[in-house]
Amino acid sequence: MPHFDARSLLRHGLTTAVFCCAIALALTVSGQGAWDVQLAYSLGIGLVSWLVIDLGRVLLAPGTGWPHGWRGGVLIAAGIATGYVLGSVIGNAYSGSTQHLPHQHGAMSALVITIAAGAGISFFFYSQSQARHLQAHMAQAQRDAAEARLKLLEAQLEPHMLFNTLANLRVLVATDPPRAQAMLDHLIAYLRATLSASRATTHPLADEFERLRDYLELMAVRMGPRLAYQLDLPEGLRGVDVPPLLLQPLVENAIRHGLEPQVQGGRITVRASTRPGPTGTLLVLEVHDTGAGLATAPPASDAPGSHFGLAQVRERLATLYGTTATLDLIAASAGGTSATVTFSLKSVTP
Amino acid sequence: MTAPAPRALIAEDEPLLAAALQHALAQAWPDLQVVATVGDGLSAVREALALRPEVLFFDIRMPGQSGLNAAAELADAWPADTPFPALVFVTAYDQYAVQAFETQAVDYLLKPVQSARLQRTVQKLQQTLTHQAPAATDFEATMAQLRHLLAAPGIAAPAPASTPAPLTVIQASSGNQIHLVPVAEVLYFEAADKYVRVLTAGREYLIRTPLKELAAQLDAHEFWQVHRGTLVRASAIASVTRDEAGRLHLALHQRPEPLAVSRLYAHLFKAM
Repeated sequence: MPHFDARSLLRHGLTTAVFCCAIALALTVSGQGAWDVQLAYSLGIGLVSWLVIDLGRVLLAPGTGWPHGWRGGVLIAAGIATGYVLGSVIGNAYSGSTQHLPHQHGAMSALVITIAAGAGISFFFYSQSQARHLQAHMAQAQRDAAEARLKLLEAQLEPHMLFNTLANLRVLVATDPPRAQAMLDHLIAYLRATLSASRATTHPLADEFERLRDYLELMAVRMGPRLAYQLDLPEGLRGVDVPPLLLQPLVENAIRHGLEPQVQGGRITVRASTRPGPTGTLLVLEVHDTGAGLATAPPASDAPGSHFGLAQVRERLATLYGTTATLDLIAASAGGTSATVTFSLKSVTP
Repeated sequence: MTAPAPRALIAEDEPLLAAALQHALAQAWPDLQVVATVGDGLSAVREALALRPEVLFFDIRMPGQSGLNAAAELADAWPADTPFPALVFVTAYDQYAVQAFETQAVDYLLKPVQSARLQRTVQKLQQTLTHQAPAATDFEATMAQLRHLLAAPGIAAPAPASTPAPLTVIQASSGNQIHLVPVAEVLYFEAADKYVRVLTAGREYLIRTPLKELAAQLDAHEFWQVHRGTLVRASAIASVTRDEAGRLHLALHQRPEPLAVSRLYAHLFKAM
């Protein structure tokens, strides 16, 4: 519970008072003396202990709820001791007794009851606050996870892309139904792949390229002659398993930051190849565009998509392949940008 | 005398959508004559200046420059003797933009454009065009909203991930040296191609940091944006002069050259 919480303080006080009443009742019933005297001692000891412990808690551990380690124990002991001494004074004042303690069994018995009740109540409050703390922690973690999922989905189903695609479809439905149907099929395949990408762990490279084709076909309808693309997948690599939609953010970036800002548009080439590495054959996946290039695109371009996209690819590579996988972003010599993902061909199939 | 048929320009980079908007407008507003359709933000300004239509439909995300920047550039270059055209922005999805548009000085259309919504926009445009009288206040309102839109996060300016620490020293390289120029000595910053010129009383430096990024790290009360490409130290301004065309120019205390004030930012200068 963060900072000073007057309500929890009050709740603790009330609970303590109820406990004290119960103790006084039990002592009265077992014939330890008049009920009002018992109540005076019990409430005096209990409420003083509560005040010392709870206020000490606020002073010693603002924020976390309970002081850590030995401090907590010392605080409770100090609270109980103070409560016992001051509470006895209050009880004596009420009953008018000069005797040190309320009932015939003497100081030991009252002290034992005080310590047992004090420790018990403190433990009860402590575990209650722990449980609340844990609960709050879990709720926060759940909120964070949900937010991350939402962000990922929003990045994949970029609303701008979606609505522009729908706007194009709306036009084609009236003017060119067969083309509208083809576009709709690509959109369906793209949406299906995007929505299930988080579930499947791998799919063949041929599927990956098909999904890229869906996306690029959608973009080709929208951008018209401003977009040309080429997908190069050697026959031998079609069956290689890769994480689904790994290249998607790279192609999206190539369009968004490379081709879209450029009046004349450009060309996107996606190529799969292999090359020998130190510990075996490496799979090289390259997304190349002839767009505006890294230099002209401001690093923090207008939307949240760009950085998130690259970060997401890096993160996925790191979790799946550790340090053996790399993502390189370089300014191509002939203008444009080239993004290359490299990882060991063997580690692909688990 | 009957008013001539209103003319419109469409700036939209997606060819199908441009054609569709033109088609929908032909049905919703048969009198309107679409005089040009362009596919990027640079041609939009050029064609609008050449043709001077009464209505502009600008897509927000376009190659070359955004529809917002195109409108701002157009406002600066627009001749004073012709009323500024009615602006309608077209956007597929920009949550920030839609919020910013709530003030309604400038209309907007969401893609896919639906007939009923287009009809409302057309009615509004027709009203604006027939009540041409308060053009000056219209222009002021349009400028105010453009300023607002250009400053809104996510549209033209990058959404600030974190507020950067205020800049105190500019590091400018020249040859194999890096000059450290205290911001306190800088009189103005001016965007020039891929560079930003940094001007002090006696010298000029070039840096590569974009003006927008600089602006975010400078105190907005100390440095005023007077033009899309100019940030000037307020205390360095000696006077403001209005020329025959109604444009404002600044004279500085410690530099001889005058600085142009964009019409977008002319509101900064008012006699007290």
